[in-house]
Amino acid sequence: MKERLIKIYHGFGLPRLIISVFLLALIIVAAGTELSVPGLLSDALVRIGQNGIYVLAMVPSIQAGAGLNFGLPVGVIAGMVGVLVAMENSLLGFGGFVVALLVAIPLGIIAGYLYSLLLNRVAGQEMMVGTYVGFSVVAGMCIFWLMAPFKNPALIWPVGGQGLRVTLTLADTFGGTLNEFLKFEIFGLTVPTGLLLFYALLAFLLWLFLRSKPGVAMEVVGRNPRFAVASGLNINAYRSVGIVLSTVLASIGYVVYAQSFGFAQLYNGPLMTAFPAVAAVLIGGASTREAKVLNAIIGVVLFQTLLTVAMPVTNQLIEGNISEIARVIVSNGMILYALTRVTGGEQA
Amino acid sequence: MSVPVLEMKKISKSFYGTQVLKDINVTVNEGEIHCLVGENGAGKSTLMNILFGMSVITDTGGYEGEVLINGKPVAFDSPKAAIGAGIGMVHQEFMLLPGFSVTENIKLNREDTKPNLFSRVLGRKLETLDRKKMAADARSALDKLGMSIDEWVPVAGLPVGYLQFVEIAREIDKENLQLLVLDEPTAVLTESEAQQFLAVVQRLASTGISILFITHRLDEVMAVADTITILKDGELVSSGPTKNYTIAQMAELMVGRKIDTKGRIGGEKKEKATKKVLEIRNLRVDMPGERLRGIDLDVYEGEILGIGGLAGHGKIALANGVMGLYASQGQVIYEGVEVPLNNPREALNRGLAFVSEDRRGVGLVLEDSIANNIVLTSMQTQDKFLKPGPLKLKDQKQITAHALQSIERFDIRCTGPDQIVRRLSGGNQQKVCIARAFTQNPKLFFVSEPTRGIDVGAKSRVLELIAELNRMGVTVVITSSELAELRSICDRIAIIYEGKLSGILSPDAPDVEYGLLMAGKSLEEVRSGERATN
Amino acid sequence: MNQVKKFISKNAVPILFAIVCLLGVYYAQMPGQFLLMEIVKRMARNSFLVLSLIIPVVAGMGLNFGIVLGALAGQVALILSTHWEWSGIGGLLLTALLATPMAVLFGILAGMVLNKAKGREMITGMVMGFFANGVYQFIFLFLVGTVIPFENAALRISTSPGLRNTVNLTRIRGALDNIWTVQIGFTKVPIVTFLVIALLAIAIWAFFKTKLGQDFRAVGQDRHIAGVAGIQTDRNRVLAIVFSTVLAAWGQIIFLQNIGTLNTYNSHEQVGTFAIAALLIGGASVTRATIGQALMGTFLFHLLFVVSPSAGQAIFGSAQVGEYFRVFVAYGIIAISLALHAWRSRSLAKARLKEDVSA
Repeated sequence: MKERLIKIYHGFGLPRLIISVFLLALIIVAAGTELSVPGLLSDALVRIGQNGIYVLAMVPSIQAGAGLNFGLPVGVIAGMVGVLVAMENSLLGFGGFVVALLVAIPLGIIAGYLYSLLLNRVAGQEMMVGTYVGFSVVAGMCIFWLMAPFKNPALIWPVGGQGLRVTLTLADTFGGTLNEFLKFEIFGLTVPTGLLLFYALLAFLLWLFLRSKPGVAMEVVGRNPRFAVASGLNINAYRSVGIVLSTVLASIGYVVYAQSFGFAQLYNGPLMTAFPAVAAVLIGGASTREAKVLNAIIGVVLFQTLLTVAMPVTNQLIEGNISEIARVIVSNGMILYALTRVTGGEQA
Repeated sequence: MSVPVLEMKKISKSFYGTQVLKDINVTVNEGEIHCLVGENGAGKSTLMNILFGMSVITDTGGYEGEVLINGKPVAFDSPKAAIGAGIGMVHQEFMLLPGFSVTENIKLNREDTKPNLFSRVLGRKLETLDRKKMAADARSALDKLGMSIDEWVPVAGLPVGYLQFVEIAREIDKENLQLLVLDEPTAVLTESEAQQFLAVVQRLASTGISILFITHRLDEVMAVADTITILKDGELVSSGPTKNYTIAQMAELMVGRKIDTKGRIGGEKKEKATKKVLEIRNLRVDMPGERLRGIDLDVYEGEILGIGGLAGHGKIALANGVMGLYASQGQVIYEGVEVPLNNPREALNRGLAFVSEDRRGVGLVLEDSIANNIVLTSMQTQDKFLKPGPLKLKDQKQITAHALQSIERFDIRCTGPDQIVRRLSGGNQQKVCIARAFTQNPKLFFVSEPTRGIDVGAKSRVLELIAELNRMGVTVVITSSELAELRSICDRIAIIYEGKLSGILSPDAPDVEYGLLMAGKSLEEVRSGERATN
Repeated sequence: MNQVKKFISKNAVPILFAIVCLLGVYYAQMPGQFLLMEIVKRMARNSFLVLSLIIPVVAGMGLNFGIVLGALAGQVALILSTHWEWSGIGGLLLTALLATPMAVLFGILAGMVLNKAKGREMITGMVMGFFANGVYQFIFLFLVGTVIPFENAALRISTSPGLRNTVNLTRIRGALDNIWTVQIGFTKVPIVTFLVIALLAIAIWAFFKTKLGQDFRAVGQDRHIAGVAGIQTDRNRVLAIVFSTVLAAWGQIIFLQNIGTLNTYNSHEQVGTFAIAALLIGGASVTRATIGQALMGTFLFHLLFVVSPSAGQAIFGSAQVGEYFRVFVAYGIIAISLALHAWRSRSLAKARLKEDVSA
């Protein structure tokens, strides 16, 4: 029994244990205030489903040896275009959601493939190059949003008739489609069934892929490229597979995020998307070289619950909005820790 | 007679209980060129590490014996101390900064400076470089070597031969230099560059600097050495003035068979088979430091063929070239069909398997489990260990079953098939590599340096495994730096010298023939030399 | 003719940007006087910060995204100096003096962290900047006024914790700039500020002629070889970051005395990005940066900054396009430089192998 507990403890890891205990303490504190614990947890569930796919997107890129995908905005942009196309045509409900995905996924594949061609040429420096490619794409798209040929008055500035608005609401189109699907309430806890199911489906598909022949090949390429070559594998091809998968997940992730959040924030909105996702997968126990689907799931659950619960609780205790700052410190601290960990012969 | 510049007396050294040097004596007199000769692993580098007080020695319990400089006992605890005592070293790899000029490299971290306003307040580190003085010193060092290059030219564009001279110029610029160690300096030089280099070495010696010259090239030894020390397996086998030796004698002493050889592992030497399995024609392999410059070789069905030779001569490149891991040219014909080069996939598809000399770099996925390491290659190239169906999911049950079977068959000592291979000992890691190769069911099996870095007990076990697999009908090509090992298992042994085939010998051929082939003499020369001495 | 070609290929980036800027100037149709005034102001403001990036590049640590830490040290000192009501040039010097030990400390910490992340210095430096920013906000948005007692009407609104979002730096505004100005047309040229920048440029130039500077250069070229030659590589790397951080702290103080208001929570955020973009536009790379490139880059980058909105208005009928364009350029130039650097160092490594073999 004791041995089993120790094994579980080692599998889970100290950082996650500390965060879990801290979370539990927060929830207990919350119960002591006038806050509704089920309400907080309901919010947490929504945010887990909303951000989970971004965190999943880290897994294939790490496993393919390209490190943490700081270039997540490359995929997010494709998702944005998908959402905008659906909104432009005023598609409602599931129709809108599906069309958004149908536009986002092929765009994500193209963008991811181009992005992978670049990353394959800068192997060893993917994270830094990825960060600034992501930033550049976001900045470049700002110009695109201003000049894009969208006509639907709900999308564009009322004055001048050109240029997309900064914040668009999805309430009238397909906002909440997934969240509302099969939604139920239990002990005051609202469960966004559709959202969580969709997330679980993607996690399962990714897990399945990693167990398939190409998935295994991709992992080998990431873990030891020289071994992979000696086993007859094409390194760049499998790295591209990982990066494309990551990018496509980011595209899908954005569509899901937007429908759940209820708003699409254009322009500089997606600039820092990668950082919380990177932090979450690291919190879940991944490193810059090794990540499992389980790390992504544990990570997003802990990180997002922490943020959702911590904000109102601390607001009860001290004045002011500390959650944003806590997010910045926790996520960047976690990334810093992962980057400075000594790992034999590792490259960025 | 005057006091010798360097005396090393009764030097012994063990690493973790393994004795690598035993009672070595070396004496170098003023202005003398002393050659240190020996096979790979004979103990030359360990001896030099002791002389330079390198941390690999001091951190592993130091050494026994005595080192005397100018008759005074010394014990260097860092390279800095050794350099301070007037010993210089030119490494095999160049220690030059490409973006710095010749002068800046010669003066690296020994720059001449002059004080300025700030340095008087903030310390000597902020003194201004005295570029005039630096250039003048560099000039005079270069002149001593007969080098006319401009002292401010950047090192980046210089030909390789010049870099060696810049390195030496740096050493002789040190005022108190009395002993210069040259570690295989001619390995990277062309023949004419090497000639020029040797002339410079002799010129240096004539100015009173003693030279300790480490080389494999026995011709060079004969040409420049005043005295010679020959090491083998950490022991001193012979030393004396050069005139006492012939090349053949040196070669024989260098590779002489170990007395404690346990006899053959490979069983009875097989009669030469007639069916060629693999024909290699004019194979050139672009492997850094182990270049193969055109080789013809046949492998016969069912044999164990050994590939031997000194480090840096290209023996390692043969298997790597055939398997497509390094850029190659030429022709490789397997069972009558040409194998496309530079394409590992094709080689694997034809039933060739390879256990790399770089076990941790190429041979294994260190962070992965034993089971995965064993099945990965077969899964990817032969679609084994997959569940039926279009998804091609891996079949964990089958993988585990196969891993358990391999663990038993190859006697891999581990906690189970899920253990991460990084945690295994070298010997067990090697067994995993062999298990992986055999999971591919190969018809022709290349294995390089199978016993490097593994302990003695595991060594013979690994060799026995290879012999056993050979008895089951697999043709084996084994590359090794340990000649004794090759002689204990092979049916034929090919010796590679400077990227070409020097000759093929029977495992029971006399030591002297091995020595001469490794020193670049042809088989005809070897045989005629024998007749002459008889 | 060949020399012209060589010059062009060596300076392709600044030449390209010069052309873009000229087009911008042409389309923006701005009055020359206004343009001159803006450029002079911005050069005086930013040059020092850009110059602070040179030393780590030469020491082989790449573009120091961690100068944000230095900027933070400068800002903390400014907050304190405002609190204690230091004023004038004396106050400014005292502020710089106060910032120095803080910057040294931050630099040592940053250097140590970067030594643990060799080969990943840039991304680590960048994340370190974000992290430090979080800690800074935590202190000045929360702890100040709650845990740390701090009452000052100029800095705080007593009803909520933390500092004001913007702090007026009335006491030291222009303390350096206004010592001696020369009027050229409508443009006031802050001579002393430019003298300080010139002094720094000369100091950096002279520094690389010293033993320590030579050691930095050696470490920057090859850590291993420098180490074998007996140079303490890790120590030199930390020192390089300390220098850069201290210079960045002073640079931020100069920047803010020119602007005159402290944007408590945002002033430093883009310091790293914009300074680095400026340096790169001047033709520097991850492994090579000179004083000339820093100054030329600052000039071109800020020229682009000034003309972009009007040019955008003229060309696309939208000033916004121009504004986004200049941000795009800043990020884009960094992305391209980083990619080119990674690309080149890979092919260089390959070429070196080839050379070894053919030898």
